[in-house]
Amino acid sequence: MSVLVYAEHDNASLKGVTLNTVAAAQAIGGDVTVLVAGAGCAAVAEEASKIAGVAKVLLADDAAYEHQLAENVADLVAEVGKEYSHILAPATTVGKNFLPRVAALLDVQMISEISAVVNATTFQRPIYAGNAIATVESSQATNVLTVRGTSFDPVAADGGSAAVEALSVSKDAGVSSFVGEELAKSDRPELTAAKIVISGGRGMQNGDNFEMLYKVADKLGAAVGASRAAVDAGFVPNDMQVGQTGKIVAPQLYVAVGISGAIQHLAGMKDSKVIVAINKDEEAPIFQVADYGLVADLFEAVPELEKLV
Amino acid sequence: MKVLVAVKRVVDYNVKVRVAADNSGVDLTNVKMAMNPFCEIAVEEAVRLKEKGVATEIIAVAVGPKEAQEQIRTALALGADRGILVEAADVQPLGVAKLLKAIVDEEKPELVILGKQAIDGDNNQTGQMLAALAGLGQGTFASEVNVADGSVKVTREIDGGLQTVDLKLPAVVTTDLRLNEPRYASLPNIMKAKKKPLDVKTPGDFGVDVTPLVKTVKVEPPAERQAGIKVADVAELVDKLKNEAKVI
Repeated sequence: MSVLVYAEHDNASLKGVTLNTVAAAQAIGGDVTVLVAGAGCAAVAEEASKIAGVAKVLLADDAAYEHQLAENVADLVAEVGKEYSHILAPATTVGKNFLPRVAALLDVQMISEISAVVNATTFQRPIYAGNAIATVESSQATNVLTVRGTSFDPVAADGGSAAVEALSVSKDAGVSSFVGEELAKSDRPELTAAKIVISGGRGMQNGDNFEMLYKVADKLGAAVGASRAAVDAGFVPNDMQVGQTGKIVAPQLYVAVGISGAIQHLAGMKDSKVIVAINKDEEAPIFQVADYGLVADLFEAVPELEKLV
Repeated sequence: MKVLVAVKRVVDYNVKVRVAADNSGVDLTNVKMAMNPFCEIAVEEAVRLKEKGVATEIIAVAVGPKEAQEQIRTALALGADRGILVEAADVQPLGVAKLLKAIVDEEKPELVILGKQAIDGDNNQTGQMLAALAGLGQGTFASEVNVADGSVKVTREIDGGLQTVDLKLPAVVTTDLRLNEPRYASLPNIMKAKKKPLDVKTPGDFGVDVTPLVKTVKVEPPAERQAGIKVADVAELVDKLKNEAKVI
């Protein structure tokens, strides 16, 4: 068995979710190779070579991969990956974008967002917004999988000393080009990696009121998220959405403020270790999953919380 | 410009599904079915393109059981011109993508719009697979779509924010939640939709093998979280978090 893990990065540094994906690869077994594709990303390959338990790092450094365009990256991964029994990528918007293309090019049925490895060909994955867990088995030549990062504990970022091998495979499908991006800038931790997450919902009433959550978050070193309702209403940008179709988080502490708890939201946070709900409606479904529920007006409770933590 | 839209029949998003007693899947007896919400957004986007004069014809395609005709009729009532149902049960995304590829080869649309994922299997694969099989560019998780001069600019919702890509036509777009707000079908349009053409095909008509490649061994309910306690005030909450849960 041999597993190829696609590294998530921004051409400058490796994203933590790669370490969770390597953990899934190790649960499958066999040699783990990490593929770093990007432009001017040699430092990322260097970082990847230090990951504990990685046997080899492949570096595809080419302008065609700079913005992770799915068409180009998929052609590369399909060519490099066909030598491996498993191809894994984190279930991020990058992995979800290009990996199904790889599977189609290799004529295999991909398995999305695995949450557990039963054995090398059997995996678990959530379906119906996490309301059911399917155990699936594949006897295909190549197993193509995206990995739910929060379901696997990350491996150590150092301790390894893998060799870095440069590939000279340039794949430009010529059908897509990068125009631009607007990336959220924040000094707070990343949502999917934060130990504490505070999220606001429709009850926040407007975007300005999220300032209250930012203040608490900054005292706790927390990330700030939102429900779909808050994003749809335009209170905050899409990259803050937690839920079935947003980000999946599983922090030590999740504080839901003014969030009713639709199943689509619960799907994104119910694996958190401790859940706190603050809502003035005591019938809100969020209380059914909360370890600590506070029935209160959030506009009084949140400022008080900021004072007490 | 011809636009192809894929629609899927799924359990209505308001239904809380239950796992079947024999763990073979979820219990679908007497459960309300509907068009996948992301597909509704796809249909709406196609209809808006037609209203803007960009699209000339909209073809709604479904792969599913014969009852999926209902979802195609819904798309027709919303503004699609004709429908194609490929009748087949439990087709996995690669099989659906191969069927759509065969239809794309026949119909030669300039744009194919799909939902980014269906809320039953949560796979998020079909659009990307279709694009790969057809050798087309893809704009997944779209929050804005602009067609002009033989290309389409797609703004995509990505983990860090938004990204815009430019794709040569023909291309594949998959919809995210904020692309648009789908309309409701009016009664006269629902009546009119009954007269619009709807072809029924089988995978065999396209020479596509849709045998599942991944086997479902079992389906189980997730570990249930127990509801905890209610605290009286913020002071008690902070005390519990510090001294009982020890998370702050």
